[in-house]
Parts: sequence; structure tokens; C-alpha cells
Amino acid sequence: MSLHATSPQFKENAHRALHDTQLQKALGNVRQNFIERRAVAAGNLPEFEALRDQARDIRDHVLAHLDLYLEEYERKVTEAGGHVHFARTAAEACDIIVGLARARGAKTVTKGKSMVSEEIGLNAALERNGIEAVETDLGEYIIQLRGEAPSHIIAPAVHLNREDVEAEFRRVHTHLDAGRDLEQPETLLAEARAILRAKFLASDIGITGANFLVAETGTSVIVTNEGNGDLTQLLPKVHIVVASIEKIAPTLEDVAGIMRVLARSATGQDMSVYTTLSTGPRRPDDVDGPEEYHVVLVDNGRSNMLGTQFQDMLRCIRCGACMNHCPVYHAVGGHAYGWVYPGPMGAVLTPSLIGVDKAGHLPNASTFCGRCESVCPVRIPLPKLMRHWREREFERHLAPSTVRYGLGFWAFVAKRPRLYGLATRIGMKLLAIAGGEKGHFRSLPFAGGWTQYRDFPAPHGDTFQSQWKKRNNGR
Amino acid sequence: MSARDEIYSNIRRSLGVRADDAARRAIVRNRIEASAPGIRPQRGEGDLGTRSATFRAQAESVSATVAFVERGEDVPPEIARFLRDHNLPTTLRMGEDARLAALPWTNTPLTISLGPSDGGDLNAVSHAEAGVAETGTLVIVSGAHNPSTLNFLPDNHIVVVRAGEIEATYEDALARVRERYGKGQMPRTVNLITGPSRSADIEQKLLLGAHGPRRLHVVIVKA
Repeated sequence: MSLHATSPQFKENAHRALHDTQLQKALGNVRQNFIERRAVAAGNLPEFEALRDQARDIRDHVLAHLDLYLEEYERKVTEAGGHVHFARTAAEACDIIVGLARARGAKTVTKGKSMVSEEIGLNAALERNGIEAVETDLGEYIIQLRGEAPSHIIAPAVHLNREDVEAEFRRVHTHLDAGRDLEQPETLLAEARAILRAKFLASDIGITGANFLVAETGTSVIVTNEGNGDLTQLLPKVHIVVASIEKIAPTLEDVAGIMRVLARSATGQDMSVYTTLSTGPRRPDDVDGPEEYHVVLVDNGRSNMLGTQFQDMLRCIRCGACMNHCPVYHAVGGHAYGWVYPGPMGAVLTPSLIGVDKAGHLPNASTFCGRCESVCPVRIPLPKLMRHWREREFERHLAPSTVRYGLGFWAFVAKRPRLYGLATRIGMKLLAIAGGEKGHFRSLPFAGGWTQYRDFPAPHGDTFQSQWKKRNNGR
Repeated sequence: MSARDEIYSNIRRSLGVRADDAARRAIVRNRIEASAPGIRPQRGEGDLGTRSATFRAQAESVSATVAFVERGEDVPPEIARFLRDHNLPTTLRMGEDARLAALPWTNTPLTISLGPSDGGDLNAVSHAEAGVAETGTLVIVSGAHNPSTLNFLPDNHIVVVRAGEIEATYEDALARVRERYGKGQMPRTVNLITGPSRSADIEQKLLLGAHGPRRLHVVIVKA
């Protein structure tokens, strides 16, 4: 693990996020836009639900045969004149890429948006070796200037408002007229475009991620809207693809099938603007394109997830729909999760990659409302997987002792129906009396975590179980 | 053990499989060999005219502009009109595509230059390999005939596609590429392009012309 994780401080992070008015304003954009746009796009394609099933099945098939598809992919990349490198860990992946860059005397590297490059901490590794890494996706460029990690896997600067971007551009782009007008998002975009265009043309190496690696043809596929990924890989002499091992798709037909659910789930577009299929370096009849093509395949813990209850998580195609629909993400944003991957997919993946001892809070930050699973294009049972992590955390004695004793006590009573019925009846009576006419509590012993922020309602009437019994005539 | 070998052995241990399992190998080989299409969305289907109309509607819905012309010889005047209507200079860069080279450029005010772009060109024209009706997507393959830099560096990208090359689905369009280059073979780059470049990274507001072309104009040749 390369990026310093603040996941162990999730509660503090979340608390800070909830009181950050600028962040709360920005998060309003997520709630408003993503949900409606996805619903419209999905609704406009009658085959959408069947396509989700198909996408799930393709991904399951790939994972079950991952070793063989990787072999085939590797063979085809080599046949097309490319080079495949394997990295067990984040550090190994960075070493390979830094090694390639240094051997070519590279001073500047341009980058397309890549979550796995965030995961392995690539920018920091390049900078440590005196190589300038320039993020070229507009959102990634903005957060790189601010020294931040992405707060969303497809909209990395979603936590920022226009004023934040303007302030950052004024701070960094000091060679430009200080009196220039940056009131409109259009002018901010134009400024970034002009500055990054010069970077593209001067870059020694282009690094992109991959949405798919096609075994049939040895092709890497990137999906973008801006075109930055294409300029990144097209203009420099060397193109390096960094991708995790599970990104395989068997054939071009499989890519086409999954593409139909990817953009619709992510941004609510029917299709992203640029889907680019790259196979090997420049050919004899080419007049542009890179002279070298490398693929760095990163494991970093994924091969250990295969064959476990977390294998389903490796179906993920990184669309971001789960976080777009998550009430917890809406409330605290992506940075609170403390590492690379936020939201429900992050709550499941992060403990797998950095350990449940560090990331145990994340699968607990869920109401199990199930919206993430209901929109996941590859139908990952995210709530179930979060529950698996909670169980592991409990089994490994990682949960705080109050939680453990509390759960232990509850389990003892719950396993004894008569005792449970008696205890709840007495408890309810007492609370009803204590609650009095107000009908709610400002504070309660053992429930300070609740009553600090809201009143606790006093119960009235019978317990659920006795009401149920009555409704069914004692049956 | 090398990183490569260790990753392979780790995957096989986790999955509980062996490298020499012939049945698994057959499954993978057959799947790649078959390239079987999956679910076909209906919305791109139809005869040639319907597919062109769907293509147009979809492309326009993502801010591309579309013009139909009857014959190839109508393409240069249409491009001249497009540039004039947007007050753009009449310079135009293109690759060595034989279909484009055969058109009557000399009858127009256009000044043609050939070869890849170094970033200094305002306008470029490419010839698509295919179009995809279901999302108004263009399929352009790399090579001296249509250099990939023309798809991304100029501000205004014009793409010519024949109506007969507009397919219903991505699968049909990619099958054309497969037919031309051979099963399992690909040109260096296949670009699927759906509308002009855009970004919504600032407050989720959609803006055109992020890093690639600000305008995408498609000329569909009916004959």
C-alpha cells in the first residue's frame, strides 16, 4: 500500500465532512445529477436489465478462467509487438514503471485517469525519481494541483466548487494575467486545455489505465469523455498501460456488451465520447502513435480474493454508480473513506487490499439500504459483502469491546425467545413511563451516540412480536 | 519465482485449478474462437435508411452535427459550407485515405494539407470505417490513411461515413474491422467516437471541447 490511508480515522473524517459547508454544497451535485441521469439512460434501453445479467455473467466467466485468459492476452500483446510486465505489489508496479521511464531518460510523463495508478501511488514514485507526472483529466489535474486524492472514482473533483478551482488556478498559473476573468466554468476549462495541450506535446511517456484488456486481440481499452487519455497515449514515444489483472474481457463482443451498461451506469450517457482500442505500438504504415507499448499488470492482493466470498467484488467495472446512489457517500463524500476507493465498492474492496484492521470502519458505514446493489451494472451483492467484513471484524476481535459485549449480550437474549419477549415487554413499559407525555428522550444512558444528535422516541403500544401474534390470531 | 509465475500460481491456487486442465483450456479457446455476439439492443436495427436516421438522431443528441449528401462529390462543398457557416478558415488536413483523395477538392475554396497533425491545425477530415446507429458512434481506424492525431488535436473534426457502412450495433461495426484485419488482429488504434469532447468535472456542468475537438461534424454519403 502506497497512499497513506486515513481509513482508521473514518469517524473523525466523517464528522469533519458533515460540518464542511463547502463540501456539503458540492455533494448536492452528486445527489441531483447522477441518479436522475442514470435512471433516464437505463429507462431508454429496454434491454438494460438483461444486459446487466449478461455483464455479470461475462465477468464471472472471466474470473473463473482468469489464468488462461491472462495467458492468451499476454501472448497476443507480445505478438502485436508490445511488452507485458507483472507486478505482485504496488511497489513492484512503481519500480517497473520508474525503471522504464529512467531507461528512456524521461523527464515528463502525462497521465490519463487511472484508479490503479492511485492505488499503487505512482505519481509519488515518479516524483521521488525526479520525473514530473502530469494528470490530464480535468478533475485529476485540479486535485493534483491541490495535492489531494480523488474523492470519486469517475468524478475525482466532485467535492469541489467552481470557486475552489478558480482559486487553485490563480495560485498555480501565475504566468497568466492576474486580472483575467475566471467567473465561468468555460473559461476555467479553456485555461486548463491550453496549459495541458502544451504538456501533451512535450511529454516523453504517456501512462493510461485500462477499462478492459481483450484476450482475443491483446487490446487495451480506455473510455473517456475529454480525449485526454487519447492525447496521453498518442503523442509520446512510449505508451504504458497500467491495469489490474482482473480487467480481462474474452472478446470484442464481450467488451461491446459491457460497454452498454458502463457509461449508462456511470454518467447516464448512452456511450462515452471516446472508447479507444489500442493494440501494440506504431505499425509500419502508421504516421503517428507511440513507438513502444507496455502493459503493467498489477495483482496487489487480487489473486488472493479469488476463490473467497469476496471474488464477486472483482466483477467491478469501476462505474461509480454505487457511490452515486449511496446515502452515506452523499453525506460524507469520498475523502472520508480515507484511501483510494470510496463508497460501497470502496467499503468492500479497501479491507481486501489494505486489511480489515485498517479499514474495518468502512463496511460498518452502511445502513444496508441496498441501493448500491440495486444499481450495480454487474450485480455485485455489496451489502452482503460488507456484512462478511463485519463478521470477520467481529471474529478477529477487531471491533471495540463495548460493541462486542453489547452484541454478545443481545445474542444471548435473542437466542432465548421467552426471555427476549419478557425483556422487551418490560423495557418498553419502562421507557414508555419514563418518556412521559413528551414521548421522546433528549438523553438516555448507553444511547449517547444517538441522543447527541437527535431525540430518541419513547415506545408506545405493544411490542412488535405481540402485535404480530395478535394479527395472526395467536398462530 | 518470478512475479509472473507467482501471480499465475496464486490465481490457480485461489481458484483451485490446475494449469494443465484440458477442459478449461477448451472452454477458453472456444469462447475466443466463437466471438459470439450477446444481447442485441433493438434500437439500432432497421434497413439502411432507418439506421442512418437513428445514427443521426443519436449523434445529434450528443451535440454532433450531421449532414446527408447524395454522392461523394458533394462532400467537399458540404465541408466548405460547414466551415463557412462557423466562420472558420478554409484550411483542412487529411490523411492518405483513397476514398477522400478521390473526391473533387479543387472545385472548392478549401486548402488541403496531408499527413498527421502536430497540433497546429484547426480543421481535419477523416473517413470512418463504420458507423454505429445505436449511439451515433463513429469507428475510425489508425494508419497513414486516417492518422489518429486528426481525431483529437484539431478544434473541428469532420468525419465522412457512407450510409451503407452504418451498422446497427458495435458488434457489427467491430466485425467489419475483424474482416479487414483478420481474426485476432487489430490495427494499432480503433477509435469509437460519440460526439465532440466534453467534461463535467467542474460542478457536474457539461462543457464541450475539453481536450479534443470542440465540434464534430458527420457527413453521411447516401450513395
